[in-house]
Amino acid sequence: MEITHAGHVETGPKLYVLTWVWLLVLTAIEVTLAYFHLPIGLMLFLLMGLSIVKAALILAHFMHLRFERLNLVVTLIPAMVLCITLLTVFFPDGMRALRLAVR
Amino acid sequence: MAEKVERLRFVEWGGGVSPFAVGSKKLGMWLFIVSDSLTFSGLLVGYSYVRIANERWPMPFEFWPTIVMATVMTFCLLSSSLTMALAVRASSLGDRARVIRFIALTMLGGILFVLLHAKEWAGLIAEGVRLWENPWGVPLFGASFFTLTGLHMLHVISGVIYLGVIALGVSRGRFTHEDVEISGLYWHFVDLVWMFIFPLVYLLSVKMP
Repeated sequence: MEITHAGHVETGPKLYVLTWVWLLVLTAIEVTLAYFHLPIGLMLFLLMGLSIVKAALILAHFMHLRFERLNLVVTLIPAMVLCITLLTVFFPDGMRALRLAVR
Repeated sequence: MAEKVERLRFVEWGGGVSPFAVGSKKLGMWLFIVSDSLTFSGLLVGYSYVRIANERWPMPFEFWPTIVMATVMTFCLLSSSLTMALAVRASSLGDRARVIRFIALTMLGGILFVLLHAKEWAGLIAEGVRLWENPWGVPLFGASFFTLTGLHMLHVISGVIYLGVIALGVSRGRFTHEDVEISGLYWHFVDLVWMFIFPLVYLLSVKMP
């Protein structure tokens, strides 16, 4: 870490390159995983889990959220995650449609 | 009163008159990113809904070319995010020439992504995939695929234009470090969204050998 003339704490290029390498590794794991014959629920769980880790890496390092004031993070992120989670309320209805479908 | 405000500014919570300690432009971009992520979530949930509601959802993507190409596209986008982060860093160090070089590399990554994506779209359209029909049944497959990837591609195209404007402005000394950083936030967000579209749309629809 170094302090720039603007007074911001600026991270070195090493962190960015390391983040990029991790993102590539996680992507490679995802692509490999897609060819395993796993039940769809487990597959979805693993792929989404890895994607959330990737999203967190991008948010924290590339988008600098780790170095912003905590106020900004707790104002933006939890409300967004809650809204996205609430959208899953529609999924049981999707399964109901399947049971009603004409076969 | 003024003294009280001044004191509030330095209390431990760090709130006072500037609770987030970011400029209004940067806060504006963050608010846009939150609302845009809800737009994409809505589309992804809609896609997941119609997928759950259809028993025989098509899984047409062959390893070659679709999955390999989509992985290369992911690589382009991730690498362009790295160069964008390096551009923002160069900007904070006041190195204008490197800012422009790194932004140009970022734009190149974005353009490659769009070209590969357009080629994939052309291939699918040639196979007979439309918004309302496709050779594998379940008409909604085409609608959800083209809407999701289309909106994302639109974001990448506007991002490339946005970065071009920023690079031009930086070369003329018109934009500050904050402007470069904000354009970086947008670009990383576009990358972040792809991290969800890639597994949900492509990896869950691979044709098993």
